[in-house]
Parts: sequence; structure tokens; C-alpha cells
Amino acid sequence: MNPRRKKRLIITSSLIAGLSLAIGLTLFALQQNIDLFYTPSEIINGKNETGTKPEIGQRLRVGGMVVNGSVSRDPESLKVSFDLIDNKAGIVTVYFDGILPDLFREGQGIVAQGHLKSSNEIDAFEVLAKHDEEYMPPEVADALKGMDHLKTEQSK
Amino acid sequence: MLPEIGQFSLILACILSLLQTVYPLYGVQTGHQGAIRSAKVFTILQFVAVAFSFFILSYLFLMNDFTVGYIATNSNSALPWYYRLSAVWGAHEGSLLLWVFLLAGWSIAVALMSKRLPAESVARVLAVLGLLSFGFYLFVILTSNPFLRTLPYFPIDGRDLNPLLQDFGLIIHPPMLYMGYVGFSVAFAFAIAALLEGRLDSAWAKWSRPWTMAAWMFLTVGIALGSWWAYYELGWGGWWFWDPVENASFMPWIAGTALIHSLAVSEKRGVFKSWTVLLALSAFSLSLLGTFLVRSGVLVSVHAFASDPTRGLFILGFLVLVIGGSLLLYAIQASKVKSRGRYELASRESILLINNILLIAALIVVLLGTLLPLVHKEIGLGSISIGEPFFNRMFSILIVPFALFVGVGSLFRWKKQKLSDLRKPLIVILLLSVVLTIAFLLVFAPSFTWLALMGVFLGFWITAGVAYEIYLRATHRHSFREGITKLGNSHWAMSFGHFGLAVMIIGITMTQNYSIEKDVKLAVGDHIAFEHYDFHFDQVKDLNGPNYTGTVGVFTVKHDLKEIAVMKAEKRIYTVQRMPMTEAAIDAGFTRDLYIAMGEVLPDGAWAVRIYYKPFIRWIWLGPLLMAFAGLLMICDRRYRGKKVAKETLEPKATVLGDKNA
Repeated sequence: MNPRRKKRLIITSSLIAGLSLAIGLTLFALQQNIDLFYTPSEIINGKNETGTKPEIGQRLRVGGMVVNGSVSRDPESLKVSFDLIDNKAGIVTVYFDGILPDLFREGQGIVAQGHLKSSNEIDAFEVLAKHDEEYMPPEVADALKGMDHLKTEQSK
Repeated sequence: MLPEIGQFSLILACILSLLQTVYPLYGVQTGHQGAIRSAKVFTILQFVAVAFSFFILSYLFLMNDFTVGYIATNSNSALPWYYRLSAVWGAHEGSLLLWVFLLAGWSIAVALMSKRLPAESVARVLAVLGLLSFGFYLFVILTSNPFLRTLPYFPIDGRDLNPLLQDFGLIIHPPMLYMGYVGFSVAFAFAIAALLEGRLDSAWAKWSRPWTMAAWMFLTVGIALGSWWAYYELGWGGWWFWDPVENASFMPWIAGTALIHSLAVSEKRGVFKSWTVLLALSAFSLSLLGTFLVRSGVLVSVHAFASDPTRGLFILGFLVLVIGGSLLLYAIQASKVKSRGRYELASRESILLINNILLIAALIVVLLGTLLPLVHKEIGLGSISIGEPFFNRMFSILIVPFALFVGVGSLFRWKKQKLSDLRKPLIVILLLSVVLTIAFLLVFAPSFTWLALMGVFLGFWITAGVAYEIYLRATHRHSFREGITKLGNSHWAMSFGHFGLAVMIIGITMTQNYSIEKDVKLAVGDHIAFEHYDFHFDQVKDLNGPNYTGTVGVFTVKHDLKEIAVMKAEKRIYTVQRMPMTEAAIDAGFTRDLYIAMGEVLPDGAWAVRIYYKPFIRWIWLGPLLMAFAGLLMICDRRYRGKKVAKETLEPKATVLGDKNA
């Protein structure tokens, strides 16, 4: 092999090696950080599209409406728990230790991210209620379609 | 009457932008000198028309004309005048008007400041810009008209600007960001014009370089401002969330960063030319993609204020036309581009190539993480979200080789670098950075982590590299004191830009590793202490603002028993939209921020409070500011302004080309 071809071969093969390493790493990192979205009834009955139920300990996101009167607080700390419901009447309980967002209210659609603790309980590390009152993530809006939305009550 | 005049003026601008495209191109084709020169005239007229339209909308906002639907939904008579003005770009319609206004601004700048360029080239560039403007004018006029009236039943008062946007940062963040996005259209236009002409040479790179740098500079400042705003306004102390919309602005920035480096190679050495063109096309295409993602509402985020399917379709169509058309042109013409320069494996060219590869890898990571949830949902696998850890992990891997190369890259010579010559500089830089890292960590780090060690080391590695390179360059022919005054602006620009990156890396490392975040329950009279700091919750007071009410929590902060600050964290309720807002209290400092945000009142009257200690968080924004300053230095280099071509280290060939165009 003449030196120029040899050089090119080295460059090309190192490029390919680097590329495959990069792709491998990316896929590995992706696999660990994808969180599937579930509605409360999907957690109980399995996903609409595939029918698979989440496993205990799995990381996931759940979206639904906070059930009226279900918010209960620990008097000593910031621990709080509440129930989430969707339009198929599935109910799950979310446990959270921290400060709830400004727009968190009973009757409001929210998204929680966390680990599945038992078949209908979630340990959340993040609770999101977006800032715009009109705004609701499409997944949550789908899950709540047809339900009595409490927004009318809140707006004056 | 006024809104109609504004509307008319906008339509006029739209027609002028079409003329700005058609007539000059006809002129270039037929050699008709008058038609070629007309490009500038149409550009100026178009700018005047759109500026007038923008001025009218601003005036209507100031006058509280709620017969205009857009104003009625986004303003209120109780709003202070400066927020009424910034409300012009507070929502979809107006921000697009800002977009076309800025695009016209860049166009007129090109028209007026390229006297040294051949008239045909300028005509082509302006024609491309005109075509882009035309597309956006159509979009504004057909789908997002800000001048639509609500007559005959107009509201007495407006629904107010989103409280999140009632903030100083949000007055300047969108214009800066848009200046960046839109600015890449100039680089795009230069690239398309060069492809049309079939002439891609060093002169082309030289012309488009300051424009690209200017756009990149604005985008840098815009993103940094956005991050700063999110930090103090969203109330939970984060500075970057890998939110789809943030990613949408970050992607063109990465492409732009690759572009400014690649342009440097193309200008000075005449290689990488077709790659540079491709980057110029990508940077603007990614800006458009960002706009599409934000405006169409396909992605869920804080910023997604308009989700109207026709708008999404229009932008998608426009996106396909622009990206498809430009790539087609590239496919046809790029094969004609010949890169003549040769370079060895160990050379500055290679280092810059590696820089580009790493940046593109980072770009792909962000693109993948942003678009994968969309794809996943569309193919029926259900909704997913890709968490911050994915991006954080990928970036903490990619930054290592990137920073190592940045540190030593500028020591490499063009064409060929004898590696044995680098042994001494490498040892010096390594020793210097190790010493600095250890000293820094001993002083500022409360505990040891490997990630902190790595991040701080990378920051000082770059710093040491930059400093040593300046020393070497200054003492090359002169004494240090004399030599350092002889360094050119563009050399200082490189040094400052890289130093900015170092500052940012150190800031991110320290903040991510040593922040203390306490979410606690506090009643008035309680206190909490950590890390030499003591926070005492003094009292809660009522708050009355122009368009909001609320409460203030007052805290006294002591450091080692010495009182250092009284911090007031607000909880506001904006009266019109009934929206609660958290205004964090921040005690800012060069090496640390203290951050208090009020959460909610608990049933027993105590408050949930966030108390954060954020070391070196200012450095995260200081870094980008240094980078933007570097961009400014570079634009002011006399090579891009004056008549004389700087002697410096231009290769003979590049100098010849430079003289021709001087």
C-alpha cells in the first residue's frame, strides 16, 4: 500500500470506529432515559397502543386530573400525596416530597414524573403544572376528554 | 384607521420583497445594470414599509387600542408602558412581525455595507433575502395578521400580557434571539448566491464571515439571556432544562459555531469550502426548524403559545421548500467546488476538522433528543419524554475531547505542525492547568468529586492554552510588552472566545456539583442553616404592584454570624389573568448566588420555601458574554472594514484574493 492510501485507510477506519462508538453510547444513554407516558387507567390496565403494563420500579410519567379532596399533607414536612384520575375512571396515587408548582390545584390537569411504587402508586420526583392556565399537555387533554373540567369554576 | 394603514404597509413590503427578488435576478441574468442596482433600492423601500408597519403596531400598543384583537389579548391598560411596548413581540403574531422587521433590517445592512463587493453578487444575495422575506410576509399576512380588528364588539380592557413575560429579561431576550436566527439568513443568502454563481472562493468566505459572526454573537447573547431569565423567573433556580424550545435555539447555535470555525479555514486556507456552504445552509435551516417546532405547537413546552394547524402546515411547507431547494442546489453545484489547499494530518486544519466533527455530533445528540419523542408518538408507540440525564451525560462525554482540542488547537500551525515542537508547550500547559485546578478546588470546593475535578481541569486547560499561546505569539518577534500590543483583533477574538468557553465550563461544573438545594417548611421566626449561611424567616408582608397583588417573605441572611443581606422573595398574583407568579429573591455574587423562592402556604400557616446556594452560577452567563464580546472584536477587525488588507499571516494565495476585493 502506498503511504497516501494507508493514511486514508487509517483516517477512514478511525472515523468509522469513532462513529460506531458514538452511536453505541448514544443509544445506551437513550435507553436509560426514555420515560413512557401513561394515563392512570393505562397504569392499571396496560397501555392503549400495546397493552403492556409498567413494571414496579420503572421510571415513567403520568398525567391526569387531581381528584378533589385527595390532597393530603404530612404536618411535619413537605411530603404530600394526591390521587390522579382520567376519563376512564382509573385512579392512581402520587407521593411527592417537595414544593408543588404554583398552578397545582385540585381539579387541575398535571403531569408527574417518577417511579412506579406499586401497581397504582407512584413516587414522584417532579410534578409539573404548566404556567399557562389555558395550556394543558395534549396527552393530559386526551386523558381528560369528556370529563367535567373544573376550570369554569376557578375562573371567577 | 391606523391598523389598516399598518396592514397596508405590510402588504406593500410583501410586494416589494418579491420585486427585490425578481428584478435583480433578471438583471444579473441579462446584464441589465439598472436592474442589478435596483436590488438596493427595493431593499431600502421594503425596510421602510415594514418598519412603518412595526412602528404602527407599537404605537397602537402604547395607545391601548383594544379594537385590535392581538392587542386585546396581549396587553392591558394597567400594564407599564415598557411592557406594553415589549408586548408587541409577546405572542405569535407580533413576534413574527418582529421577525420580518429584523430580516428587513439585516437585508438593508447588507445593501448598505457591501460597497466593496461586486454589484452582481450583492444583487444575488439581496434577491435570496428578498425571497425569504416574501415567504415570511405571506405567512404573517395569510395566517398571523397582528392587525386584525375585533370590531364591532371590542373589549374595554385587554386580557393582559402573560405575567411570565412581564420582565426586563423578556424585553430584550426575543429580539436578541431573533437577531441571531434571522442573521443566519445572511450567511444562508451568501451561500446560495455563491452556489448560483458557481463561484466559491476565499473571497466568498471573507465576505460572509463578519455577517455570520454578527448573527452568532446575537444568538449567543439571546440564549444566555433566556437561560438567565429562566433562572430567576421560573422560580426553581434551573438555568437550562433541555426543553424542546431551548434545544431549538441551541441547534442553530451549534451549527453556527461550527460554521464560524469552518469559515475561518475556508477564508485563510481555501479548503473545507463545500462543507462550509453546507453548514451555512444548515444553520439557517435549523433556525427555521426551530421556528416550526415552536410555532406549530407540535412540541409541548412553555414557549408554545400558538398551536394553529394551518400555521404549522405553512411553516412546514416553507421549511421543505427552503431546505429542499437549497440542498438540491447544493447537490448540483457543490461538485464544482475544488479545494486546492493541501494539509497534513497534524495541522490546524485537522484540529478544526475535529472541532467540527465534535460539534456536529453534539448537534445530532440534541436533534435526536428533541425529535425522537415526536417520531415515537407519530409511529404509534405512545408518548415518551427524554430526560435531562440523557443530554447531560452525552454532553459531559463530548465536552472532554472538545475542550482538550480547544486548549491546544491554536498552537497548531496551518498546513503542517511538527508534533515534536509541541512537546514543551504541552508540558507547560499541563503543569499550569493542574496547579490551577488544584488551587481552585482547594479554595472553592467543599468536597471532592471526579466530575468536578474533570470539569475544572478542562476549564483551566483551555485557559492555560489560551494564555500560553498569547505569550508565545507575543514573544515571537518582539519583547512581550511590545508584542502583546501587536496582536490583531481577530487573534484576541479567538482568545476571548475560547476563554469564555473555559469560564462557562467551570461555572457549569461548580453549579452542577456543589449547589445546595433545600426545600423546607418554614414558619415566621424559623431559621435554617447550612454551609456557614443562616437564613432567618423574619416576616410576611403584603404586596401591591401596578397590575398584581401578593405577599413578600422577608429573610435575614447571615454568613458566619455576620449579617450579609436582607432578601425579599415575592409571591405575586396577577389580577387580570388570576395567575400566581414566583419572584425569587437572589443575592448575586461573583462566586456564589443565594436564592430564595416562596412556594405555597401550608394549611398550618407555614410556608414551603426553596433555599438554594448556587456556586459560580454567574460564570455560566459570563462565559457566553465573553464569547459574544469576542465576536464583536472579530467583526471590528480592520480586515473587514478598512481598505487595507491586514498583512498578518495570510497565505500568499489568500492575500492575492484579498487584494483583488479590497
